[in-house]
Amino acid sequence: MSMQTGLATSTTQLRTYAPATDVSVAAPAPRLEIARAEPVAARRNPRTEPGPVRLIIIALAIAFLSIFVVLPLVVVFASAFSKGIVAYFAALAEPEALAAIKLTLLIAAISVTFNLVFGVVAAWAISKFEFTGKTFLITLIDLPFSVSPVISGLVFVLLFGAQGYFGPWLQAHNVHILFAVPGIALATIFVTFPFVARALIPLMQEQGTQEEEAAISLGASGLQTFFRVTLPNIKWGLLYGVLLCNARAMGEFGAVSVVSGHIRGETNTMPLLVEILYNEYQFVASFAIASLLAMLALITLVAKTVLERRLDEAEVPDGD
Amino acid sequence: MAIEVTNIVKKFGSFAALDNVDLKVADGELLALLGPSGSGKTTLLRIIAGLDWPDSGEVAIDGENALSRGASERQVGFVFQHYALFRHMTVFENVAFGLRVQPRAIRKDEATIRARVKNLLDLVQLDWLANRYPSQLSGGQRQRIALARALAIEPRILLLDEPFGALDAKVRKELRQWLRSLHNEIHVTSIFVTHDQEEALEVANRVVVMDKGRIEQIGSPGEVYDNPATAFVHGFIGESIVLPVDVAGDAVQLDGRPLNIPALGAASGAAKLFVRRHDMAVGPAGTGALEGAIRHVRSFGPIQRAEVALAGTEGKTVIEIDAPRDRELQAGEIVSLQPRRYRIFAAQG
Repeated sequence: MSMQTGLATSTTQLRTYAPATDVSVAAPAPRLEIARAEPVAARRNPRTEPGPVRLIIIALAIAFLSIFVVLPLVVVFASAFSKGIVAYFAALAEPEALAAIKLTLLIAAISVTFNLVFGVVAAWAISKFEFTGKTFLITLIDLPFSVSPVISGLVFVLLFGAQGYFGPWLQAHNVHILFAVPGIALATIFVTFPFVARALIPLMQEQGTQEEEAAISLGASGLQTFFRVTLPNIKWGLLYGVLLCNARAMGEFGAVSVVSGHIRGETNTMPLLVEILYNEYQFVASFAIASLLAMLALITLVAKTVLERRLDEAEVPDGD
Repeated sequence: MAIEVTNIVKKFGSFAALDNVDLKVADGELLALLGPSGSGKTTLLRIIAGLDWPDSGEVAIDGENALSRGASERQVGFVFQHYALFRHMTVFENVAFGLRVQPRAIRKDEATIRARVKNLLDLVQLDWLANRYPSQLSGGQRQRIALARALAIEPRILLLDEPFGALDAKVRKELRQWLRSLHNEIHVTSIFVTHDQEEALEVANRVVVMDKGRIEQIGSPGEVYDNPATAFVHGFIGESIVLPVDVAGDAVQLDGRPLNIPALGAASGAAKLFVRRHDMAVGPAGTGALEGAIRHVRSFGPIQRAEVALAGTEGKTVIEIDAPRDRELQAGEIVSLQPRRYRIFAAQG
């Protein structure tokens, strides 16, 4: 605001003083401004590099991305279809492949649901309340990001394995966690936990509690406040978190590999099956499954871009 | 509905936001809570609304204990400083919110809700904005929508937290008068919080002046302006000339020189003399309690504002006085000053 006023004033001064032939006390300052502002701007924009430099930088970026991102992606699809489209679909129709796809979808559904609920709860607690240990909780949420996925899987082996803390008890009660769906789900939930909470915390912190307070003072119950005010305000952030959570849940390899036991047709998820098939020289089958995961990645990418745009829109309007 | 607040104490850690506050608000009043930031006025308002809870004390709305009910059951209209409009709802849906969340048993049918929202939007003169979103409104419009939304639940009392705080000066002035006339129209007991004395004096029937979690004075705008109960109120409301004086019996001294004015019952010892700028009568040298040289005169409207360096203080004490323009004052002139009305309060600490 004050800058604008300042600019306006100096422009007026320019008009007043510029034609004067004698140098009055006030005149030099505006004159200096002319000298500085116009010719410099005309010569070169300081933020733009000269043409050749720009070209080199852009070319480098494109070359790098082509080699490390586009090329592998092309290879995946090329290998998947190398024996023709029939072989491709035949590979996907194998019972083992179908089982892996089903298991992956099931695990993703379980961990997304779980993280949806607990992510919202954690983000809610952190952004709307003050309590001791809050910083610790935030650090804890980030833990799965900083721990190697293999370790994450190993933790569950140590807890639920035959020699683990709960192993004997579980065996006695005939409960199967490790090398079964519950173990894979637990490991996946662990590694994907931060996504939803991380997407929501900044959003909810920025929005504050005033709208909720307004809703309550207008007679809304806690549930009404959540579903009519809080949830609509965070829905894009929530979807964003769910999207990333889902992508990771389907693609997780390390943690799942440790707890799955690789039982064919039972505890192999898609990423695990890709590796197994590849090691058995079944390249078409391996790359066919990999191509599904690659497609998932592409869809996620597009959806992410769309959501990011919606998120920006949702945040901007309330500027007053 | 009448509001009665008794012995409210609220601490945030070791900081006492409210320190034994008592307040009675009569039915249909328009009351201002006035004080500097940190005086506890917003906390008091939030406690009445049920958005905060006191550590001890009682709040009664219309004779019944309000603390036994949550904010959603108190039927209190609350207007937030930053409006807190629901950003994902249209103006219409914002105003309708309070009606739509009512328990099914007493919820009105859609046609009644629509009619009521329309009435409220007419009342705040913004019916043409019904389908806009809050982000498309100006600050003043948002404020009026927030008010309409609060009125939709037919509140027993209306609470406004710095209602004009985030608006620019001109809109503020318009909304002030508008709020006054709206209150005359609907007569709901209202309390608004402000740090702007002009706003409080202009809009409210009664003003409650607060400082450091305590109520300093309650009175009509005239009373708090003309008869401030404490040094804080005198200094906070209206422009005052403050001079450090010594009181001995009924005599008042400034820098060791006697001032020819009675002490008005102030206790002996160090004290402060408060005079309104326009309550300082200017006369020829040698006729008043104080004397000084005029250093600078600015004339605007009906008054001339003069800077006077008081004699006997080596020109260190400079005060500003407002004089009528019946006789133009000149810089350099020696004049005498006689307080027409003044208050003396014992100096604290």
